[in-house]
Amino acid sequence: MAKTIMTVDDSSSVRQMVGMTLKGAGFTVVEAVDGADGLNKAKANTLDMVITDLNMPNMDGIALITALRALPNYKFTPIVMLTTESQATRKQEGKSAGATGWIVKPFKPEQLLDVVKKVLG
Amino acid sequence: MNVAIDTSAFTEEAYELLSELEDSLLELEASPTDQELISRVFRAMHTIKGSGAMFGFDAVAEFTHEVETVFDMARNGTIPVTKALIDLTLAARDQIRSMLDAAAGGEPANEANAKRIITGLRALSNKDGGAQTAPTAPQGKTQTKASPDEPNLFRIRFKPHQDIFSTGTNPLLLLNEIRELGECRIVANTESYPDFDSMDPETCYTAWEIFLTATVNENAIRDVFIFVEDECDLNIRLLDQESGMVDAPGKKIGQILVERGDINPQALEHALQPLGDRLVQAGAVSPDRVRAALTEQLVIQEKQEKKKATETTTSVRVPSEKLDTLVDLVGELVTMQARLNQTAGTLGDHTLQLIAEEVERLTAELRDNTMSIRMLTIDTTFNKFKRLVRDLSTELGKEIELVTAGGETELDKTVIDQLNDPLVHIIRNSIDHGVEPPDARRAKGKNPVGKITLAAIHSGASVLIRVEDDGAGLDAKKLRAKGIEKGLISPDDEMSEKEAFQLIFAAGFSTAAKITNVSGRGVGMDVVRRSIEGLRGSIDVNSTLGKGTTITLKLPLTLAIIEGLLVKVEGENYVLPLAAVEECVELSREDVHKAHGRHVINVRGEIIPYIRIRDRFEIEGTAPQIEQIVISEVDEKRIGFVVDNVIGQHQTVIKTLGKNFQHSEEFSGATILGNGDVALILDLNKMVRYVEDEETKETETL
Repeated sequence: MAKTIMTVDDSSSVRQMVGMTLKGAGFTVVEAVDGADGLNKAKANTLDMVITDLNMPNMDGIALITALRALPNYKFTPIVMLTTESQATRKQEGKSAGATGWIVKPFKPEQLLDVVKKVLG
Repeated sequence: MNVAIDTSAFTEEAYELLSELEDSLLELEASPTDQELISRVFRAMHTIKGSGAMFGFDAVAEFTHEVETVFDMARNGTIPVTKALIDLTLAARDQIRSMLDAAAGGEPANEANAKRIITGLRALSNKDGGAQTAPTAPQGKTQTKASPDEPNLFRIRFKPHQDIFSTGTNPLLLLNEIRELGECRIVANTESYPDFDSMDPETCYTAWEIFLTATVNENAIRDVFIFVEDECDLNIRLLDQESGMVDAPGKKIGQILVERGDINPQALEHALQPLGDRLVQAGAVSPDRVRAALTEQLVIQEKQEKKKATETTTSVRVPSEKLDTLVDLVGELVTMQARLNQTAGTLGDHTLQLIAEEVERLTAELRDNTMSIRMLTIDTTFNKFKRLVRDLSTELGKEIELVTAGGETELDKTVIDQLNDPLVHIIRNSIDHGVEPPDARRAKGKNPVGKITLAAIHSGASVLIRVEDDGAGLDAKKLRAKGIEKGLISPDDEMSEKEAFQLIFAAGFSTAAKITNVSGRGVGMDVVRRSIEGLRGSIDVNSTLGKGTTITLKLPLTLAIIEGLLVKVEGENYVLPLAAVEECVELSREDVHKAHGRHVINVRGEIIPYIRIRDRFEIEGTAPQIEQIVISEVDEKRIGFVVDNVIGQHQTVIKTLGKNFQHSEEFSGATILGNGDVALILDLNKMVRYVEDEETKETETL
């Protein structure tokens, strides 16, 4: 069965790029426009992986990661953050909140798929 | 989509790393073999590159990548840590700093400087390769680095923190990723496992020891663990480089037994098990650690065996006489095979013909194989000259750099052996007469450091060896004057620049004003030319005044086989080297008559002199009404050789003439034909020179 991955980003172009890449690789994709939307959709769906932006209105990425990790269903789900932020600070925050890994923007589709493969198998 | 990138974190980190880098480099200069220091320099570069790329400092990342690549080679032991390397790396460090300053609004960094550093580094990393193998700049963020061809053996200790699952990480996926890198043995360490009752399924208790044999560098392995760097204890060691690991001086009895082949490693492992058991029972060590240690031993053992196996299979030393004998025998076989073909054809037996054809195919293959065994690369010869150039240029107070290219080109061993002296002479000439002293070069606006290029390339069945210098070049006028002075040419001889250059090959010609230690020892270029021609090669010179001189040697791939043109005069067979043959035309009685007894023929408007082989070798009998002229190029002139019949192309194995006939210099050897007849191989250069000498003598006596 195709695995389901949610992409959370307030930028439609990023969602589109991530969505197309993942669909092309055979994944089912759920799109969410911000952290709150992401959290709701995570509850409504069974997700195998989450890819989230960090800077978003309505619950940012770090808060989303923290909230997801608190849900029994998402305790061990791979969550990857998209970041252009300072490696030392935001990335570390994300890791502490429970992120599995990160992808540095801008990235190429292959790099995205490499990371998906790395954390999802 | 996002706010402007905050780069201050990166620049701060980078500045910190750069000052660390400087310290490490200076320390490294004092102790250039310190692996830990090399690794420190490398890690600093790696971090700057990685973070730089992430923060959009692409220029910094690209530049740093070059430095990192070279240092990776130093870390692997591929290249030594030299003062030159440290100098360049320090310069690179300053360059990175000015690039960062520029990004922060300072003065723009000097790009030419960056190029210079990169060129220097590349030169260090591929000393023999020349410029064409320079790596291209990386595109992605994780790029392939120069990794050694021989696989490395790594021991990776991976101990995830107990809460690693809470970040959604599956350690098994990381192990799978490692497996994709190469051959891998993984031992799980379960010593931290609690009692079943107190076990928490959300906690990771397992640690792993991984033995990886792969042609990757440590970075590739670290990249696998990039997301969990802070959530695990990771220890990666290159086992090969640790002293006492692979080439242990004090060997254990078990190890020796295995090496002697008395027992196999599995038996040793079995026997050592009790030792481990005893240690475990004594509470000294956990069973998993014993298992890991045994695996480590096993993996190292396997690597040693593989190494030994490849060492024994890659080359076999054989005395060259044995090879010569083999070549002779194959030569005989080729001859016999030709006879077989002929006989099979005469008898008309279909079955026999099939066999003969098959034997022909096999013989050809055998011959090619045998010849290839005698082929050696020319790089050892080339390398010898590095020292020669260094020493001689120092002696003469000149600065000269020797650049070699095409060292992998293969040539027959005999050719290579006999090539040494001529090349020494040519290079000496270049150093002594060609390249000017530094001051003179500076005055001419040239780089004070002269350059001599030594290059070899394949060209059909020949190899071209080029010796090129960027020195003063040959002065055609001076050469001509000297030629007149030495009586080699007469003052009213018209001569082209090219012909003037040819004068350097004339016997007794030397333009050097003074005789130095280096050249001018009475051995002239005429000797060089003769030795090259002795190898059935040719020599050519080209020069631009003030720019430099190029001497090109054209040599056959092998001396054992010759592509020849088989001709007949009366009952005798002769072979002319096909490389020299240009065309065959008919010579009728009428043509001879028209030339009024002179040995020339008009071929499409060009007057070509010819030599009658019949007369030359005093063969009795009468020539046919229409003879054949084989027109050949000898010493850049077209000369005809008159024979009765042209039989056709003939590839043949050369047999040297017996001692009794060594003085017959007009022949370079002989060959046996399919019907058992012997054909003599003509040395056209020598033959023409003999005839010319005789004619000169005749005119003198007249």
